[in-house]
Amino acid sequence: MVRRLISMVLAVWVIATITFLLMHSVPGGPFSRDKALPPAIIRNLEARYHLDWPLWKQYVYQMYNILRWDFGPSMKYESRSVNQIIRDGFPISARLGAVAVALSIMVGLPVGIISALRHNRWQDNVAMGLATLGVALPSYVVAALFVYVFALKLGWFPSSLWGTPKHYVLPALALAGFPMAFIARLARSSMLEVLQQDYIRTARAKGLSERVVIYRHALKNSLIPVVTYIGPLIANVFTGSFVIERMFGIPGLGRHFITSIYNRDYTTIMGTTVFYSVFLVIMILVTDLTYALIDPRISIADERK
Amino acid sequence: MKTKKLVAVFLALVMVVALGAGCTKTQTTPPAQDQPAPKEPMVLRYNLGVEPETLDTAKMTGIPEFNAVLPALEGLTRIKADGMPGPGMAYKWDISEGGTKYVFYLRDAKWSNGDPVTAYDFEFAWKRALDPEVAADYAYMLYHVKGAEAYNSGEGSVDDVGVRALDDKTLEVHLETNAPFFLDLCAFPTYMPVPSKVVKANPDWHASAATFVSNGPFKLIKWEHQSILEYEKNPDYWDKDAVKLDKLVFYMVEESSTELTMFETGEIDYADNPPLPEIDRLKAQGVFKVSSLLGTYYYIFNTEKPPLNDWRVRKALTLAISRKDITEKVTKAGQLPALAWVPPDIPDAKPGPDFREVGGNYFKDNDVETARALLAEAGYPGGKGMPPLEILYNTSEAHKAIAEVIQEMWKKNLGIENVTLTNQEWKVYLATRDAGTFMIARAGWLGDYNDPMTFLDMWVTGGGNNNSRWSNKEYDALVTKARLETDPVKRMQMLHELEDMLFADGAWPIMPIYYYVDSYLMKDYVKGVYISPLGPVDFKHAWIDK
Repeated sequence: MVRRLISMVLAVWVIATITFLLMHSVPGGPFSRDKALPPAIIRNLEARYHLDWPLWKQYVYQMYNILRWDFGPSMKYESRSVNQIIRDGFPISARLGAVAVALSIMVGLPVGIISALRHNRWQDNVAMGLATLGVALPSYVVAALFVYVFALKLGWFPSSLWGTPKHYVLPALALAGFPMAFIARLARSSMLEVLQQDYIRTARAKGLSERVVIYRHALKNSLIPVVTYIGPLIANVFTGSFVIERMFGIPGLGRHFITSIYNRDYTTIMGTTVFYSVFLVIMILVTDLTYALIDPRISIADERK
Repeated sequence: MKTKKLVAVFLALVMVVALGAGCTKTQTTPPAQDQPAPKEPMVLRYNLGVEPETLDTAKMTGIPEFNAVLPALEGLTRIKADGMPGPGMAYKWDISEGGTKYVFYLRDAKWSNGDPVTAYDFEFAWKRALDPEVAADYAYMLYHVKGAEAYNSGEGSVDDVGVRALDDKTLEVHLETNAPFFLDLCAFPTYMPVPSKVVKANPDWHASAATFVSNGPFKLIKWEHQSILEYEKNPDYWDKDAVKLDKLVFYMVEESSTELTMFETGEIDYADNPPLPEIDRLKAQGVFKVSSLLGTYYYIFNTEKPPLNDWRVRKALTLAISRKDITEKVTKAGQLPALAWVPPDIPDAKPGPDFREVGGNYFKDNDVETARALLAEAGYPGGKGMPPLEILYNTSEAHKAIAEVIQEMWKKNLGIENVTLTNQEWKVYLATRDAGTFMIARAGWLGDYNDPMTFLDMWVTGGGNNNSRWSNKEYDALVTKARLETDPVKRMQMLHELEDMLFADGAWPIMPIYYYVDSYLMKDYVKGVYISPLGPVDFKHAWIDK
């Protein structure tokens, strides 16, 4: 476990270092503008944000800031710090993401399992047809379609903005589309595979009811690929989607991953990247811990006791 | 069988969750139009389009930021609906010493925390913006003030900056040179006052609505980042009887299609950014509107790169395109073909015809004949032997469409076969443009103040925005001379001469394409909004008529 934690820290450090090198090697800086600033003003700005320091010193300073978990002031939004930007945006993205992830699991999983159980029958064909569509359609297409039908034509939900529970519906559906379809396909194929296994055949041969076979023996094992997918999915969806947040005018965190790069807002690039990396390695750890809970060998061992 | 039941249960559950979120009580729908109750608060909803970078007037540089503070703050002057500066915090002023000394007399006005607005608040604000440690981008807007540039560059002292509060209500300003547009600048955010007492106690006073202090027609009451700004009428404002709106709401929706949906569902009344593909439909509906904007869309020639180091080539390329086709078939929003550099609507020295009308055009649109002759003279008859050309633009569908049309026109009209188009991401493009490693680059210039000088002084040798690298010592000398000239008629004459020099034989560093317009969507019941040709929008006199 200690080794695991060390490797997590190392991973974040490597990501932060690569990010630092990449962002400083891209042409253009935070203060390059259409209207050129007088050299004296550029000097003042660079001094303020320590960009006049040699690169190694800036690197050390930034790593030190990461350790303190204080990413410094944003170079674009001058009245806000990067920590504040994350504090403002993340809860919104996470709440929306939670709804989307819940939706995709609650729909995707049963649909996938039922498809497997109704293999090659109409239920399976319809579900997989829809799932293929769900995987293939980009979220902004789904979002635009939903806005057109449910906001502009029917007027059931607001087209954009944020605040009331109603505002969750369209973006959450748009955001859930892909993972929902993906989970359904994943659950189906893994369930099908598990159903071919010897121990299922044994269970059936022993005369156990179909229900016991499915719920006690097959389901748990078929979940492993799904769990593998859900861990990173949570890290991904909870930190927000640039496209969905932009389309619906949601004040989340997702946009900053993209716009900070356009703006060469070095502190925000670093802050959001490190934040996401930390979140991601934690989710991967949680996923691994979950394996231990549902791994077939462990469950079998438990049953033998 | 049992699985079927399971399906039913699951699906029901999902529906409950999904609908549960949707069915909660909300009153977000805008008030219906059939309520004639006169006491209903008058609210105007505008899409600002982006989160303002800051509400600190010293540090802001963009139009959205200006728009975000204009309702809440007021400088010495305020631009009136006719575009001329009128009284603001100052009720009168004296100008002397050949236009280099101003004395402003302040009215009894209050900040929203009850403190009086004093001349010292102005002195403090200007010196703060010039402080090298504050590192304000637009500090150079204050460089017209005596000693300002030296202090900001770290060479002079704060005590030598030519702004001084003689007493609570009198402000004396000394300028470096005569600047006839100085009263316009006094309405500009960098020149706005800050509540000096508040700033000293809390340097981050501008970062949230709770600590922000207003002195304008409205008070800032809410700032939710990336989401909403709200203002309500300021009962302490000196001219409060002229303010009709009770409330102003600014949204920050970036996506233009989303903005359009909000406009069409009635969630906003006014928006700035109509999506290009929808323009024809919106024009037909009568909601698409345009107003003048002081700016020119143009191509810069890198005058150091052959064959563009030959002015005849530059002039030939400039003449050989049809701007009419570009504005009518590509940009479509009502832009005007640019046959000179300084855009229309900038006043000349005397009332009457504007600078552009007095100056006239410098060339004919689509003058293919002259262009061909020039190209032949330069040694490339019919485009033969012409080295490859490259047009650089920042990645955008709109710039691409224009570049493609120009590429085609040069091919058709001049026989130049080899023109490549290169697009770069915005900041990369800026770096390339500054480094001079391009041949022809797309650019746009928007005026900072309502005077031709904001378009002309950029072409001096070595100027930070002179990416053409064109150099003419006489031009440089005349810019300096015009800055010092105190007679407005003579000064304006010099500015016309400067523009003549840009389009004289040997020059032609740029290829003007069109004059910008400000296009927007506005409901017919929105009245009294003043859109400045410099970009900012003033809601002071706005009202809703429905």
